This record gives sequence, C-alpha cells and structure tokens, in this order.
Amino acid sequence: MRQIATLVISLVLSLCLGGGRAHGGSTLDGVKAKGFVRCGVHHPGLPGFSNPDDKGRWVGIDVDVCRALAAAIFGDAKKVKFRPVSAKERFTALQSGEIDVLSSNTTWTLIRDSALGLDFAGVIFYDGQGFMVRKNLKVKSALELSGASVCVITGTTTELNLGDYFRANKMKYSPVVFGNTDEAVAAYDAGRCDAFTTDRSGLAAVRIKLARSGDHLVLPEIISKEPLGPAVRHGDNRWGDVVRWTLNAMVTGEEKGVTSRNVDAMKAKSTDPQVRRLLGVEGDLGAKLELTNHWAYWLIKQVGNYGEVYARNVGPDTPLKLERGLNQLWNKGGLLYAPPMR
Amino acid sequence: MIWNDSRFRALLFQALALAGVIAFSIFLINNTLNNLERRGIATGFDFLGSTAGFGIITYLIDYSEESTYGRAFLVGLLNTLLVSVLGIILSTVIGLLVGLARLSSNWLLARLAALYVEMFRNVPLLLQLFFWYFAILLPLPSPRNAFQWGEIFFLNNRGIYGPKPIWESGFGVALWVLVIGVVAVVLMCRWARRRREATGRPFPTGPVSLVILVGFPLTAFVATGSPLSWKIPKLQGFNFAGGLVIIPEFIALLLALSVYTASFIAEIFRAGIQSVPAGQTEAAYSLGLKPGQTVRLIIVPQALRVIIPPLTSQYLNLTKNSSLAVAIAYPELVSVFMGTVLNQTGQAVEVIAITMAVYLGISLTISLLMNWYNRRIALVDR
Repeated sequence: MRQIATLVISLVLSLCLGGGRAHGGSTLDGVKAKGFVRCGVHHPGLPGFSNPDDKGRWVGIDVDVCRALAAAIFGDAKKVKFRPVSAKERFTALQSGEIDVLSSNTTWTLIRDSALGLDFAGVIFYDGQGFMVRKNLKVKSALELSGASVCVITGTTTELNLGDYFRANKMKYSPVVFGNTDEAVAAYDAGRCDAFTTDRSGLAAVRIKLARSGDHLVLPEIISKEPLGPAVRHGDNRWGDVVRWTLNAMVTGEEKGVTSRNVDAMKAKSTDPQVRRLLGVEGDLGAKLELTNHWAYWLIKQVGNYGEVYARNVGPDTPLKLERGLNQLWNKGGLLYAPPMR
Repeated sequence: MIWNDSRFRALLFQALALAGVIAFSIFLINNTLNNLERRGIATGFDFLGSTAGFGIITYLIDYSEESTYGRAFLVGLLNTLLVSVLGIILSTVIGLLVGLARLSSNWLLARLAALYVEMFRNVPLLLQLFFWYFAILLPLPSPRNAFQWGEIFFLNNRGIYGPKPIWESGFGVALWVLVIGVVAVVLMCRWARRRREATGRPFPTGPVSLVILVGFPLTAFVATGSPLSWKIPKLQGFNFAGGLVIIPEFIALLLALSVYTASFIAEIFRAGIQSVPAGQTEAAYSLGLKPGQTVRLIIVPQALRVIIPPLTSQYLNLTKNSSLAVAIAYPELVSVFMGTVLNQTGQAVEVIAITMAVYLGISLTISLLMNWYNRRIALVDR
C-alpha cells in the first residue's frame, strides 16, 4: 500500500503544482543548486545492483552509477541521496521530478523511451531473461516447460517476455504473478511454481536467497534482451548528456586502463592524448558538459572504472558470481563500446 | 430586497460553491493534460484496445495473451467481484455462527467464540493472508504426491482440482425449468404469506418449494437424457490438467477475508441480538409463540435494524480489502490492472482513475442495495 500511496501522492503533487521543474530549465542546474543528486534505486533491494549492506550503506552497480554522477558533478561521490522506488512507481517518480535520475535495473524499451516520457542515457548492464528450476525436475531446457507454473514478479518487462516465449513456442503455462520479489521467491521456494523467471542477474541474486541454492539450476535459454540502464526525463538533453557521458567515461576508463588506484599517476604521467583528454589534462571536455574539467578524474578516482564497479558488485568474486559475458569491452568480445571522447 | 430572502441567499451560495468546484475540476484536468503533453507522456484510453501479451492464471471469461488490455481489465474486475461476493457470503455465515455462539449459555462455546473474535480481529489482515498462504496452503504436497479422494478430487500446493462440468446440448432445458421454478417459488411465498395474514391458514411452502426447485429440474434433466458430463483432472507433466482448478491464492484470499471480516460481523450480530430487550422474548412466549417463531418473528426483525448499517460497512471493507491479493498473486483488479497493465502502458493517470472509479462503483452498489434493504426492515412508525 505504501508504494501505491507514494505513487498517488507524487502524481497529485506533480499535477497540482504544474511541474515547476519543467519550466526551470535543465535538471543539471537544479542539481547544482540543491547540492546533491536524487537518485531512484531499486525497491526492494536487489543484491549486486542496489541493496543496502549490513551497515545500511547502499551498494551495487546501479548505486555506483549515482555515485559516479555525483562525483562528476560535485567532485564528491557522497553528494547523492537515494530514493528506493518500486517497479510500479519508478516511472511516475521520475516523470514527476521526485528523482533526478532513475537507476533501478530498468530495461530500455521503445515504449518507455517514447510514450512514458523518458530518455535512456545508455546501458550499464546487458541482461537477458532466464528460468530457474529445481534440479530434481530433470528439466534441461526451457522448451520442456510446457504446462509449468511459473513464478514471476509484476511491474516488469518479465511478464510480457514470458507470455511471448510460451506463445511463440506454443506451450501452455500458469503465470503466478507476485507484487514483490520476496513473496515470489518464498512461493517458489515452497514449491508453488515449477520455474522462477526474471533477468539472469536477478536469478543469480534470488538463488542466494533460497533455502538450498544448490538444488536449483538456471536453464541455458535466454529469452529476451534486457539492456539495463539509467533513465532521465525526456527533453532534458543537457542532463541526459551528463548521465550518458558519465557512463561512457567509466567504460573509456576501463578501455584505457585507468583505475581508481592508478588515476593520479595516469593524470600526472600519461602521454596518451585520449587519457589526457579524459582526465582533463588537455582540452575542455568537462566544460562542454557544463561540468569542471576534473569530472572524469573524480568519478574514476572515487567510484572506479566500469570493470572495477562490475567486479566489486556482481563479478566472479562476489556472491552473484556473474562472468562478464556481454558486459565485456567491445575489443574483448563484449558489447561495451563508448563513443570517442573528444 | 431579494437579498433579504434567506432562501435566495442559500441557493446563491450553493450555486457559487458548485461553480467553484466545477471550475477547479476543469482546471485540474486541463493542467494534467497540458503537463502530460508537455512531458511527452501518452494520454487517452486507446491503450485499452491494444494487445495485452501477458498471461493471467485464472479467469472467468475467455482470456489469452492475444486479448486486449480492456479484456484483462474485465478479467481482473470479475476476479475481484468473485472473491468479494463469496467472501461476503462466507463471512456472514461464519459471523452469524460465531455471534450466536458468543451468546450461548454453554461456557466453553461462548469462550471459544470470544477467543475467535479477539484473535482474528486483532491481527492485521495482511499477516493473516500470508499465514493462510505461506503456512497453510503452500506446505501442502506437490502435484505428484497430491492428496486425493476417489481419483476425482485432488489437493496439492497448486490448488484444489476437481471434475469440470461439460454442458451438452439440451442442458438449457433443465436450466430454464430451474429459473422458472425460482420465480414460481418467490410468487408462491408471497401468496402464502398474504393468505396467512388474511385467513390465518398456514401453507406448506417448504416441501412445495423443494419439489419445484429440485424435483422438476431433475426430472427435466433426466428426461432430456442427462446432457452433462464431467472432465476429470489428470496429472500431465508438471501439473494436473483438464479439470476444474481453484488456485491456492484464491483460497488463501477468500479464507483470510472471510475469517477476518467474520470476527467483526460476529460482534455486530451479537450487539444486534442483545439490543432487543429480554422483555420482548418474554412477551412473545406469553403470547404463545414457539421459541423458533420468537426468534424469527420477534427478535431477528428488531435486531436487523441494529445490524444492517454496520454490516454494510463490513461488506464494503471486505471488498476493498480484496486488493491485498496483490501480495499473494491472485489476479484481481489491482494486481492485473494497476500492476501489470499500468506498468506495461505507463498510463498511470488513466489506469488509476479507472481503478478508483470501479471501486467507487462497487462500493456504491453495495451501499445502495444494503440501504434499500435497511429501509425495508426499518421500524415503521404507525
């Protein structure tokens, strides 16, 4: 009920107040004036993406995008306030100006980019929807799932992909649709469903929560494309540029081997013109984004490049144990490709 | 001066207030539309006609992934109505029984009823919902180890499975005989009452109704060659298929709503019955009425006047509380329409407006029905 209440309140506020921010120019000016970025992250917590740790500090890839933004704008990754938004209320929260940027495991789709009044700034994680089943079902492929009950979480693209997949393969299924991850996982764990479906990164996170995670198997099929990335309000191009190039700077940082550890040395000594431009030693890339020239230096110094962020949150050394896969640099067989920074 | 006429002034102020409210509403709607347009957010109700693409686990009207959002809305609405209507009936029955039990002179029965009321009234409904769902229904065995009764009924953690009736041609005859029978019984009861009031001669309405309602339709059914067959559920792959299924989410929701609301209804019934002074019973006995007649003709009519208004509120609460189903995957209106449809279309304003209008409509309908009933049974000044 709380999320619905928030939804309604934010709606009413946005409508009654006539959206003061829509007149007031770019979100960038607003963010600079108030001194912090208000960032919408996933509610409830999603391990590896946005989840409070045991000290109550937000950690995860989505969270690090917000910190990187704060670092790029203010030179201080702490100048960000997190606002957990549920799958249902997230778009309204962004549309109404309650948050400046939505970094909440959100799939970039045509409808969201157009009819919902959003703009996606890029992709921070290439994901795809998969299935998890109990090993004792002896199912080896999603194509054997005809007639199965499938637990799924509402308010996501997942439900539609599920319908499309079973429809395309002429299989029957019973969707058991939950409003929250926790209930969906509990029901799957109790045997209500034969399969659980969500993005594969989500499956990895859910598996940790299960009573006996070794008894479950993620099927090989990937039934959808889920490019996850931060979104801003449509039409706010200057702010969109800042978010987009923050992501690109993280990727470029990894490509050029600039890490949070060696960034000071690189800034002082590197002779590579691309690194010198990235770190603001040469040129005025920061000014073009209406930031200072140290923007990328700060964000790599305080948050790290893409590879560091990935390894810290979801990589093979974390409980999620996700290989880089599609989220590898373009020149190493993945899809990460930042446009040139010049 | 017309100004000095208090009726004119009253009318004028009311008209001004009304105009103000209308103007404010128009301003709000205009402002909303303008802002939505300026932010490039789609508006309008056209989305109801586009293909939904998602599945729903249980539906009363035909539905598939190819159906429209409008159809999905109807499915959700009917599921809400189904659980509400059944919940209202079940909670009234349980409430009546518990309420009577609290008044019982049997010490144990009265205490048990009191325990029931205090226990279920004081635990939040959402917790009770989780209790029924996660603690009672989901620990049931898996489909392969299902409990079964005579290879026809099966119970497992995917629901209750039973034979599904298949109507064949000719079944309509028996159905029509039943419908005509219901009308006939209603008319007969009216006639019997009028005759009793006029002449004092009773009429055996009970046995006659039984013949009309059961005997005649059954005869018609057999005469047309028993045009009804049953489809028995069978274990196929992961689940039972082919029969009728009641999903555990529905059972949990129905039980939670009924048991919770019944604890309030029990108190309402108890209060209603206790509001009738004991002198009424004594007077009835001294007039020679039997105990059954005393309850039916003296106590209940007077108690109902006290019972109906708060009972209406409980029915409304139950209907609105059915939206908690979103937590346990029962596809009612809020879950399907304000959940899935809202998220896929992103048209929050329209979807929420429709949903609110529907709940308002359901609640007003219940209120109207109950108010009509209340007027009928209200004490008439003579």
